[in-house]
Amino acid sequence: MNAEDLLYCDTHEWVFVSEQDGQKIATVGISAFAVEQLTDLVYMELPSVGTVVTAGKEFGEVESVKAVSPLYSPATGTVTEVNEGLPDNLEILNSDPYEAGWIMKVSVSEDLSDKLLDYTAYQRQCGEAS
Amino acid sequence: MPYTYNTPAQQEEMLQSIGANSIDELFDLIPDSVKLGRPLNIPPALGEIALTAHMQELARQNTNITDNTCFLGAGSYDHFVPAVIDTLASRGEFYTSYTPYQPEVSQGNLQVMFEYQTLICQLTGMDVSNASLYDGGSAAVEAMLMAINITRRTSRVIVLESVHPEYRQIIKTYFATIGTEVVSVSDKSQLLDALDETTAAVLIQSPNFFGNLEDVATIAEQVHTVGALLVCSVDPISLGLLKRPGDAGVDIVVAEGQSLGTPLLYGGPYLGIMACREEFVRRLPGRIAGQTVDQDGKRCWVLTLQTREQHIRREKATSNICTNQGLFALRAAIYLSVMGPQGMQDVASLCLQKAHYAQRQLTNLERFETLNDQPFFKEFVIRDKQNDVAGLLEKAEDFNMLAGVALGRWYPQLQDCLLIAVTEKRTVREIDQLVEILGS
Amino acid sequence: MRNKHATQLIFELSTTGRSGVVLPECDVPVEDIKQLIPASLLQSQRPALPEVTEPEVIRHFTNLSTLNMSVDTHYYPLGSCTMKYNPKRNERIAAWDGFAQLHPYQSEGSLQGILQLLCDLQQMLAEISGLPAVSLQPAAGAHGELAALMVAAAYFSELGEKRTKVLAPDSAHGTNPASARMAGFDFITIRSQADGRVDLEHLKENLGDDTAVFMITNPSTLGLFDDQVEMIAELVHNTGGLIYLDGANMNAILGITRPGDFGADMMHFNPHKTFSGPHGGGGPGAGPICVTETLRPYLPSPAVSFCEETQTYYLDQGSEKSIGRVRSFFGNVGVLVRAYCYIRTHGPDGLKRVSETAVLNANYLLSLVKEFLEVPHGDRCMHEFVASAMPVREATGLKQPAMDIAKRLLDYGFHPPTVYFPLTVAEGMMMEPTETESKQTLDAFAETLRAIVEQSAETLHNAPHTTGIRRPDEVMAARQPIVKWTKTAD
Repeated sequence: MNAEDLLYCDTHEWVFVSEQDGQKIATVGISAFAVEQLTDLVYMELPSVGTVVTAGKEFGEVESVKAVSPLYSPATGTVTEVNEGLPDNLEILNSDPYEAGWIMKVSVSEDLSDKLLDYTAYQRQCGEAS
Repeated sequence: MPYTYNTPAQQEEMLQSIGANSIDELFDLIPDSVKLGRPLNIPPALGEIALTAHMQELARQNTNITDNTCFLGAGSYDHFVPAVIDTLASRGEFYTSYTPYQPEVSQGNLQVMFEYQTLICQLTGMDVSNASLYDGGSAAVEAMLMAINITRRTSRVIVLESVHPEYRQIIKTYFATIGTEVVSVSDKSQLLDALDETTAAVLIQSPNFFGNLEDVATIAEQVHTVGALLVCSVDPISLGLLKRPGDAGVDIVVAEGQSLGTPLLYGGPYLGIMACREEFVRRLPGRIAGQTVDQDGKRCWVLTLQTREQHIRREKATSNICTNQGLFALRAAIYLSVMGPQGMQDVASLCLQKAHYAQRQLTNLERFETLNDQPFFKEFVIRDKQNDVAGLLEKAEDFNMLAGVALGRWYPQLQDCLLIAVTEKRTVREIDQLVEILGS
Repeated sequence: MRNKHATQLIFELSTTGRSGVVLPECDVPVEDIKQLIPASLLQSQRPALPEVTEPEVIRHFTNLSTLNMSVDTHYYPLGSCTMKYNPKRNERIAAWDGFAQLHPYQSEGSLQGILQLLCDLQQMLAEISGLPAVSLQPAAGAHGELAALMVAAAYFSELGEKRTKVLAPDSAHGTNPASARMAGFDFITIRSQADGRVDLEHLKENLGDDTAVFMITNPSTLGLFDDQVEMIAELVHNTGGLIYLDGANMNAILGITRPGDFGADMMHFNPHKTFSGPHGGGGPGAGPICVTETLRPYLPSPAVSFCEETQTYYLDQGSEKSIGRVRSFFGNVGVLVRAYCYIRTHGPDGLKRVSETAVLNANYLLSLVKEFLEVPHGDRCMHEFVASAMPVREATGLKQPAMDIAKRLLDYGFHPPTVYFPLTVAEGMMMEPTETESKQTLDAFAETLRAIVEQSAETLHNAPHTTGIRRPDEVMAARQPIVKWTKTAD
């Protein structure tokens, strides 16, 4: 996936929506900028399949050596799949955050949060932050 | 002011470097309105000789268990402490160091933590141990918080009434604040009735407060059928003989570690032991030392998984623990090393035999009857048919004997009962003397 | 001197059949164990502990001790930790049988000496804090915070007020928000101003009838006394809230000002900092709390009281309003005995001079350090100050110069300051010399630090150069935790 084609939360999660068997599926991950800021990730806690997540609310945690950061869901819906192998291979987030580094897939019924940013707007936010 | 060095001349130089006219001026930031402006109303200073004399005066007003024979237990035990422990633990490099935040100059403490964690796992049969908590009681409450966190069931926990009454009181205090119901049950059948799918955890103690052994494995099975976790408080000395909690299906083991090389100290500081299954390691509170390598590939140790720790998690904390009891974990590590498998087995056997001998001798007397209908380890309850526990204790004190702990303060229905602990230190002569005094 | 051969774990020294202790023969008639305990409750084999002799144990742990820096061996200016000298007389006294060999369930009549000591300590802490009601129960500073916030919760519940929020400045210890959470409150961070004092406007915006407690560390973690404290207390009290004073920095104000006099309703002491209890490699400490008369009924139980009628000391189980127990037995008494000895050694003038000397030492070190590092919060401090290594970042391009300088200090035999705390100072280095360091030591430390900041980026970044191990891989340790030794196949 291209970073340019994704939508972003101001909390650094990305989301990409596709159709699968007539069902809208949102794939969620965290941005390259977030990965760089967090430095040396050591652990990630994934939600379990079947969990209901809410847009703007926490769905998991990611830890570096000295800090723990919540992950916020960009969408409301039910978790249909999680990237089981990711917590054991967090290096993937450095090399391929937008494809192999996806975190969870959520089946969504409603539109995504209107607070999401497009690539340009998100880049602008990151520029201000750094 | 025995511990400061700078002469008036040096102080003058220092003030000049600062650019201040006086020490008082350094306190200008504090508004005069809140300054004390008078000397503290506390007793005047004592030099070392006077302090020593004063403290001797206070010490003499205490009955100590070196000059008296101690059959008191109830969570604090008079076990043998080998001299090597005091020798090593009084090394300044151990007791005047701090938390190993700089691993390069703390490898001693970090390796001790790692060895302690390993020894606790070997003793309990659990997968992972932290580097210790405050005491057995805080370990019990932290384990229950941890179980709530793991199961995400916040509404209720179950505690057996045979768990140390003070541990139960601590749990009540903590859980009143966070709004989790603490259900108290008196036996296994009540436990079965109370267990349901909303239960986060069950806390049992084995040997329990009355010395009895619980059927831990069976309870574990029952607890697990509803998806709850079993937290078991154990006596670490008993594990020289008894089945390890890790082999009986316990999810989180806690213990008062005082028995492992720490004197009684009027109740503290002690050592909170906590160990769990591998899958819960990232929910385990408290410090943990982990193995790694340094830049040159050398094996070494660091504090690890620090994001579990409450001062890092801040408002997302799930535990109150911000420290360990380093010095007492050291004592326990030395104790377990010096005892080894044979020593632990021998200590446990001696406690078991002597406690059973004492119980037999006492209940042979017309005046007493046993209350332990289950197997017990080193502690047991006798009922005084004449209902004069206070009188018995007083009489024993006249013979320099601390005969037991009266149970009435916690269990009104047991106000005619005494809890008696017998460790490996008690001799047959002392036990016979106790029997004679209580029986006369 | 470190024995270079001693690099093994105790488990790797084990030889089957060795033992470090010989226990006596059983002198009571021996029963068959299986008659006493059912086989299902017995273990099938002995615990898999190491098998080593007493001399091996002594050499192993003695050698381990030489791998630590400690107050007895090194200057240890760890900010916020008050690493002062630990008096040896206190250690000797606390180890006497008359204090160390007391069982918590002995009769009160057999414990009059220790009960008197604890009762007097309660009174002395009340006088030093200006808050009359004391509980010695909490086992550590964070435990004291939690206990006090539980007291506050019980008090508001009794008043029938629903107050859900605890506030503290952004420079607070991480334990403050954690304690608030564990006591069931929501936590709100209040901004500090550029000068390090509490931002009063931001505080006012967040105060309301849902405010339970404002937690303040004063002097703050920046080593500054917030002179607005009376106003802050008034603002909080006007909304019906309480002030909690984090007593971590009491070493700066003993006998000079009292939390109760500047508006605090509750506080904890850290006797292992302020009153010289040794830190023990990370514990034990203690966390006694002091509160106002209004809050006394809610304190944890038990306390020690004196009965005028019988002229004896006794354990007072407290009122029905008490939050109950927070610790088994009577808390960390061994630490409290040392605190008692320390306070009695100093008396009123001595305690004041402790703080005066601690503040003089800190200001002197600041006057030296500001020549080559940035000290963002001014030329004066209380017992500690926070320098910033940002100038070194600019000069060298190092990303984490505070860390590099800390590591380089190890090469010169100094324990580094606390780094990266408080969170409000970039590349922060928090230095607390304490009163028990001499001018010569402070001079030597400052000279070393001056030399270090002028060294090349490479020298700093590769430090330490002389320690037994260098920069352990913490990422590896956290990703694949190895938290116990396991026997590998030979």
